[in-house]
Amino acid sequence: MKIQSLDPRITRSEIELEKPFDEAKELDQWQTYEVFHQTKRGQQHQHVGCVHAPNAEMALLFAKEVYGRRGLCVNLWVAKSSNIFATDYEDADIFECEEVKTYRDPGYYKVMDRIKAFKEKQQSI
Amino acid sequence: MYGNAYIDPDQTPNKLTQDEDPARLAEFEARIEGGDKIEPKDWMPKEYRKQLIRMIEQHAHSEIIGALPEGTWITRAPGFRRKLALMAKVQDEVGHAQLLYSAAETLGKSREEMINDLISGKSKYSNVFNYPAETWADTAIISWLIDAGAIVNQLANSKGSYGPYCRALERICVEESFHLKYGHDNVVFLATGTKTQREMVQDALIRWWKPVMHFFGPSDNISVHTKTLMKWKVKMASNDEMRQTFLNMYVPKIWDLGLVIPDPNLKKNESTGLWEYTEPDWEEFKRVINGDGPCNKERLAVRKYAEEKGRWVRKALLRKDAEYVTPLV
Repeated sequence: MKIQSLDPRITRSEIELEKPFDEAKELDQWQTYEVFHQTKRGQQHQHVGCVHAPNAEMALLFAKEVYGRRGLCVNLWVAKSSNIFATDYEDADIFECEEVKTYRDPGYYKVMDRIKAFKEKQQSI
Repeated sequence: MYGNAYIDPDQTPNKLTQDEDPARLAEFEARIEGGDKIEPKDWMPKEYRKQLIRMIEQHAHSEIIGALPEGTWITRAPGFRRKLALMAKVQDEVGHAQLLYSAAETLGKSREEMINDLISGKSKYSNVFNYPAETWADTAIISWLIDAGAIVNQLANSKGSYGPYCRALERICVEESFHLKYGHDNVVFLATGTKTQREMVQDALIRWWKPVMHFFGPSDNISVHTKTLMKWKVKMASNDEMRQTFLNMYVPKIWDLGLVIPDPNLKKNESTGLWEYTEPDWEEFKRVINGDGPCNKERLAVRKYAEEKGRWVRKALLRKDAEYVTPLV
């Protein structure tokens, strides 16, 4: 017998090589869930990517397979991508700090200069 | 493993950016020049989006099809430990495809469209997976040298400009380091074993040297198009540069095991520091990439079978209120 293929799937499942494909339709691969993982207790959860899943339980299962391998994860969150609201990079200027607001920076407060000056003044009396 | 941008050398370069708003284009290029990453909702030139979709999609397909030649050996792995390790590696590859499909989706192409284009032959995948893994030693050579080639490529691309692709690649590279060590271990085991084992790995190396040399693709036509894609950090190194990096790292390791590389012209030119080799048969490369390789049909048939046979499960679980939105990644 001539071996048709080295792939056991070809022979055992009797896969036809030339069969036309019934194309995948919209949502064939379900919707997406965004995945957040925690690498260690005490750390914050971080966004790592997404999975396609039919519901949250299965999203967690797939997230464990894709993002939780090799012991680099202790906890996972998933949320539907459609439930995440995000700011637009075009509006990034809302985060810009104005220079006049330096009174909010610790470096703005230079008490030592005043204390030093005060002490020098006292000594000279 | 396994992505590499194939850039169409026939594309007319002046069409690349002619419809783009010059001010936005300048701002976009300045951002990349400054080392910033581009994120999915940022403005980007149409050609940037198109090339990235093609490249990331090809990479994803290569991961999923790339799992097949090695996957055929899971049932016949010599020993339980090797079977478990091979299963872990193959599962990693399929996981990499998941990450890459998601990255491509952020650019606006749905996963269903990508699957359809893979199976219809419209999208390509890495040519090397159209060759069979004839013996166990072939899987060892694939895991070592093809994954090594993939790492060279992926490390370069992970410094590219598109945020979601870079993040996926960083995650992938961590797992690839296990594949490389696993493959090397398998090759070393055979190469330091009995006469039969040595012959087996030597034969596999002879079979796979051509696909390995094909892996990075033909020399780039240094056109305006290529230069633009390099400026946009879509393509991070030329095919020849990556091939040189690979040869420099791995030829000495192969020779170290007393194995013979089937190219009498392969040597390092000490004055230029570059490797010289017989030019691979690029006609065969083109023929195989266009469908006429030893395994093209069965690779797609297996993928098609899996898609079709799994469909009823996906359909049964699909909720009526499901709604697709582009993922964030």
